[in-house]
Amino acid sequence: MGMIRINKLTKRFEKRAVLDELTVSIDAGDRIALIGSNGAGKTTLFRCLLGHYRFSGEVGFEGAGMGRRDLDMLSRVAFVPQTPPPLRMPVGELLSFAAKGSGADPVKMNEIADAMGIDLAEINTRPFYRLSGGQKQKVLVTVALARPADLLIFDEPAANLDPAARAVFIDLLAGRRDASMLIASHRLEEVAPLVNRVIEMDRGQVVLDDSVMDRLKAGHFRACRIGLAEPHPTFAAALAEWGFTSQSETMFEGQIPAGDTLRFLGTLSRYASLVDRLSLETDPDGSDTGKE
Amino acid sequence: MTRPIRTTMGHMLRLELQESLRSRWFHFYAAVTIGLMLLLIFTGIAESRVLGFTGLSRLLVTYIQITMAILPLFIIVVTARSMVGDREAGNLEYMLAFPISLATWFWGRFIARLVLILAPVFAALAIAAIFGAMKGYDIPWRHVGLYSGLTAALATCFLGLGFLLSAVSKSTEIALGASLLIWLLLVAFLDLLLLSILIKAQFVPEVVIAIALANPLQSFRTASMILFDPQLILLGPASYVILDNFGVTGYVLWALGYPTALGAAFAGLGYWRFSRSDLV
Repeated sequence: MGMIRINKLTKRFEKRAVLDELTVSIDAGDRIALIGSNGAGKTTLFRCLLGHYRFSGEVGFEGAGMGRRDLDMLSRVAFVPQTPPPLRMPVGELLSFAAKGSGADPVKMNEIADAMGIDLAEINTRPFYRLSGGQKQKVLVTVALARPADLLIFDEPAANLDPAARAVFIDLLAGRRDASMLIASHRLEEVAPLVNRVIEMDRGQVVLDDSVMDRLKAGHFRACRIGLAEPHPTFAAALAEWGFTSQSETMFEGQIPAGDTLRFLGTLSRYASLVDRLSLETDPDGSDTGKE
Repeated sequence: MTRPIRTTMGHMLRLELQESLRSRWFHFYAAVTIGLMLLLIFTGIAESRVLGFTGLSRLLVTYIQITMAILPLFIIVVTARSMVGDREAGNLEYMLAFPISLATWFWGRFIARLVLILAPVFAALAIAAIFGAMKGYDIPWRHVGLYSGLTAALATCFLGLGFLLSAVSKSTEIALGASLLIWLLLVAFLDLLLLSILIKAQFVPEVVIAIALANPLQSFRTASMILFDPQLILLGPASYVILDNFGVTGYVLWALGYPTALGAAFAGLGYWRFSRSDLV
């Protein structure tokens, strides 16, 4: 049974349909990257799910029809917006509100904040809006991840994070195996390691719904060959970490675990200008490579 | 299964009270409201005599007339921009993603604001009573109580209007403009426009008086006068219509009940609009 079933969801602003009879379902365990250009309807979809917008069509939660603002659903959804709000309350008050009003675990909040490199005790009395963009985002992520949520809805969550915090954030999300995720991002490579499904939206409709795990079950590994335009020691080192062997300074071969395909492509995308040739083939026998 | 958790009215009240107590508008408002009473006390208003009023009664009459001028304007301007401002800034998007019902959010804010708006006025009246006791004046407790009630009624009315404007306005600028326009219109209908309507349109006086009665500012003003001037000599011939139809007690009850009901209706309408439109 789908956790969330969306059927013919339409949202119009004046006469323009930002979501146009969108139909999709989110199952428990789905970790979805929601991609699409600006104006594709990602944020509008989130706002409809969170009850911020009125809409036509149906949204159901765990098999039951859902009103515009279903508090049972909202108590099980944690949200991080694209732009941190300029809340005037001190950070401590926000954390206290999140703990009492939505069940965020104070101990977990401290642990997560520590991992993200932010000292909650230090910023406890500071007004939230006075924090830097990165600090605000870290606090919001901390609150969201400390909530007992079954679905995490993150709208460009890593946009304001520095590279180190972004890496920690990805690890923290990866550790939340108990929750489904719906993550909007312009950078697929960033969330690629996390997701098992990619949904692309365009002009309010789903134009791609790729269940990565299902499709990759046919083969546990993929054979990959890469040819570089010129030698590049850093790229060679990165490929070595993936277990690639080199025939020359510009030719590499290796096996990619099927479930890590997106993450691998994310790594590859950073060196896209160097790549001269690329092949990625599914092993028809699946698990006969001897790797697990 | 995760245990469902809700943000309760208690959480909301606490949040809004703390938020408002930190805000500059509240500091300024409290300083003006209490400072005005202290100013009146220290300038010796209580010792003066006008139209037979002296002592604490004189002090209260002056204070309540000034209150009528600043309280509604302050409430409506500050409130009208509150929710629409939060919407524009993105605060609503984040806060309303928590498991909180719209009723809890809206009415929690309304109640917290009402408490905060009334607290400095009541504190100022309490200061006046303490000052009167120290000076050995007779303290008109009934009047202090009724003034408190009238102020609460007026505050409820304009708070409700502010919440309605905030709920229907598309932007802070529109909310501010509309609130100033409405306040100006109500002030103008206290005397100036009423007189011109009476003269120009040649309405029967009862219609003009009905317009005046419908103006919450006027009902507050007349009721605050009636407490010390039961014959409404200050009001002139209009007093006959009021006293014949209401009587003193009836009019005071009207001045307490009507603005409160109007404010509740405005706020209810605001909630209806808020809960049935896009929140962000």
